[in-house]
Amino acid sequence: MSSGFITPFSVIMLVAGCTFAIRSMPFALFGGGKEVPPIITALGEMLPPAVIAILVVYCLKSVSLVTAPHGLPEFIAVGIVAILHIWKRNNLLSIGGGTLVYMVLVQIVF
Amino acid sequence: MTTKKEILKYAFIQTLPVLFGYLFMGIAFGILLEEAGYNFFWAFFISLTVYSGSMQFVLIGMLGGGMGIISMIVLTFSVQCRHIFYGLSFIEKFKAMGKRGWYMIFSLTDETYSLLCGMKIPEELDKKKVFLAVAVLDQSYWVIGCTLGGIMGSLIGFDTTGIDFAMTALFVVIFIEQWYSFHSHLPALVGIGCGTASLLVFGPGAFILPALIGSVCLLLLLKNTIVKEEDSQEVCQ
Repeated sequence: MSSGFITPFSVIMLVAGCTFAIRSMPFALFGGGKEVPPIITALGEMLPPAVIAILVVYCLKSVSLVTAPHGLPEFIAVGIVAILHIWKRNNLLSIGGGTLVYMVLVQIVF
Repeated sequence: MTTKKEILKYAFIQTLPVLFGYLFMGIAFGILLEEAGYNFFWAFFISLTVYSGSMQFVLIGMLGGGMGIISMIVLTFSVQCRHIFYGLSFIEKFKAMGKRGWYMIFSLTDETYSLLCGMKIPEELDKKKVFLAVAVLDQSYWVIGCTLGGIMGSLIGFDTTGIDFAMTALFVVIFIEQWYSFHSHLPALVGIGCGTASLLVFGPGAFILPALIGSVCLLLLLKNTIVKEEDSQEVCQ
């Protein structure tokens, strides 16, 4: 069976519903003062860095290394975001600076 | 009893850092969404109902179609799973807020969570009302930012090519923050490894789900090593 056509509205409602379900989960499951199973606690601690790493890969998934400009704009801009962030730890500066550099790179340089 | 005004004033000052962050990221989201073909009504609607920074950016990709329902649900749960642990710190407090507690649960974003955790609310202010005011202010900044971005996206005359990099930059920043806050870098490395391997094997269209499943399995296998490396620190309090 094909998944068929999903309207943008239902996609939004699905994501909104899932998001609320996740946020209310601890209240539904552990509201009665029950112990949180250790495996859940452990996954909850370990999973976020892994998921964020996958999302970084997700953002860069369409970058081609074999065709020009060989992913150079992306690598330079990611590098700048990283350097800015390690240096200043200021979210706005890192995201704003990196995005600006990337826009200049794809529009003017490459 | 303190007045509404005092509570609002206190909450406003507390939320100032979030104000700038949310306006900026909200505008970036609104512009991207407009570029994807959805005007500011959509940005308003999404920021009102979904209300999640990182997930809304991922959602833009989903709107384009091509992803199955199961993949969407799994992806949403994976991106948002950290929220499960935010709620754990507030079970009793939100319960005591009655109906308003439902809104608190809905609006518990990363930023609101960190504010609620970090605030030293003065004795004379009603704690529950301050909580609610902080949550409502934060979401209103976000909704205003997203809607504004949608409007700007349709008006902007200059070339916005490449502005979508804001999303990549956001995740890189979160990645670095996670890297610092964790003693063990294994989870981050597992994510990079599984993500890249899965991308090479399954291609850009279908790599997320295998990457997530692979990561969960690997993390469970490595659990003892990671937990040993991690100091038993308490989150929030």
